[in-house]
Amino acid sequence: MMEYINTRTLRQKLKSYKRSPLSLVLFALVIVSAIVTVGILLFLIGYIVIKGIPNIRPELFEWNYTTLNVSLLPALINTVIMTFISILIAGPIGVFSAIYLVEYAKRGNKFVNIIRITAETLSGIPSIVYGFFGMLFFVTALGWGMSLLAGAFTLSIMILPLIMRTSEEALKSVPDSYREGSYGLGAGKLRTVFKIVLPSAMPGILAGVILGIGRIVGETAALIYTAGTVAEIPSGKDFLFDSTRTLSVHMYALASEGLYVDQSYATAVVLLLIVILINWFSAFIARKLTKI
Amino acid sequence: MKNFKENIMKIIFFMAASTSILAVALICLFLFINGVPAMAKIGFFEFLLGVNWKPGNTPPSYGIFPMILGSIYVTAGAILIGVPTGVLTAVFMARYCPKRLYRILKPAVDLLAGIPSVVYGFFGLVVIVPFIRDTFGGTGSSMLTASILLGIMILPTIIGVSESAIRAVPRNYYEGGVALGASHERSIFFVELPAAKSGIMAAVVLGIGRAIGETMAVIMVAGNQARMPKGLLKGVRTLTANIVIEMGYAADLHREALIATAVVLFVFILLINLLLSIVKRRAR
Repeated sequence: MMEYINTRTLRQKLKSYKRSPLSLVLFALVIVSAIVTVGILLFLIGYIVIKGIPNIRPELFEWNYTTLNVSLLPALINTVIMTFISILIAGPIGVFSAIYLVEYAKRGNKFVNIIRITAETLSGIPSIVYGFFGMLFFVTALGWGMSLLAGAFTLSIMILPLIMRTSEEALKSVPDSYREGSYGLGAGKLRTVFKIVLPSAMPGILAGVILGIGRIVGETAALIYTAGTVAEIPSGKDFLFDSTRTLSVHMYALASEGLYVDQSYATAVVLLLIVILINWFSAFIARKLTKI
Repeated sequence: MKNFKENIMKIIFFMAASTSILAVALICLFLFINGVPAMAKIGFFEFLLGVNWKPGNTPPSYGIFPMILGSIYVTAGAILIGVPTGVLTAVFMARYCPKRLYRILKPAVDLLAGIPSVVYGFFGLVVIVPFIRDTFGGTGSSMLTASILLGIMILPTIIGVSESAIRAVPRNYYEGGVALGASHERSIFFVELPAAKSGIMAAVVLGIGRAIGETMAVIMVAGNQARMPKGLLKGVRTLTANIVIEMGYAADLHREALIATAVVLFVFILLINLLLSIVKRRAR
């Protein structure tokens, strides 16, 4: 795609820059900006990893959190539980709404327009507003208290637009001939959707779900006043109504207390590692999609 | 029987699709019901334009104008830093970058978008704050620090949206420019970029939305003094910070005033969304 740039030799380039100093300045600005962007990323990751790795000690992974060991394991486990419940709620709703939008809704339907507008609005709302809504609705109005469930519901509303959009794109990219083939063989609409369209769109949907997981793992503001900050693994019969802190909230608590700088570095490394893994995995699956 | 199943599932799909409408309606309802009465009690203009936020005083005063200004200043700073860097990086990625480098650069930018805001905040706390303190004096937790950090955080949004806007410009624009004797750079900056203008505007508006809504990272580096912003190197408190910091212990009217603060933030976001949809429509 970029061959037309590479066809000029270096000398030709230099000559044209001599003729037009402005071009040289613009070229320099572009290169400097790209270097700055990449430099910031490398510096950020490098700094935290170098400072953090020596601080990863076995006591950070003890089963119970105390002010002595500042263990991150409970928070890590809570993150997994929180992610699991949120995806369990937002996943089916997001995919089903995408199915409605792509497979069932008629073109130019007013209702579809409203769904699009509201989904766009949702994706623009900052996480602190979600947190506030969660606090007013799930925690107070429904009386769930600061709990795992209130946090998970808040997060699932937050990632719903993301899952809807990626699923919609994945469903749209399934060629119509697949559907026609299925109908031609006598399958009904429902069977076509579940047996033909959904499986073909799965990589795209999964990539979106994984991005959603990434947002959940990194979320803090929406959770502080919905799931609370208790550093214990929820247990017992009513574990859904226990207050929990996820890894990001844990990290915020450590960093803002200012007493545990070393442990903050270590927690930041673990968080970064998870996010990098999630990003890589999402890209990997999306690449699988383009190969088909 | 088969028809029955089809119809049931159709209704289920329809209900799932209605969830987002329900969610937006509930969010509006709960925020406004809880926030608007407080605004009325405090006095609409005293709340929005009052320059004193002193919930502890008797009588308490609840003016959020300092925080509104704080949010606007910090966001403007972030845009000043993030937009030029982001757009120029997008130009690099769309028009300069060799394919093999692109395969590394693109995931890197995506990663920048995926890093949690607490990690950014922590990075700001241990790197940017001391840097500002040592270079310019003061405490280091300042409007400038917050702007720099937010400028970094909105980079991936700006780069992603601008890049696809630049790529969407038909190639013959560029070829036309070059054919008329313009250099590679001149063709990009004076022919392609103006053509991608509305896409880049959309990127800027999205960046504004992200910057104004960012909470945790800002709290960790901005100083959070609830007074009128006094200067680039002085602490500042944003709307989002005001909510998170005081919600933990607020009660009664104080609590309602914080909810009203969230309403103001929400209205800001709705306006930005509206602006975004206008810009997007123009792009089409």
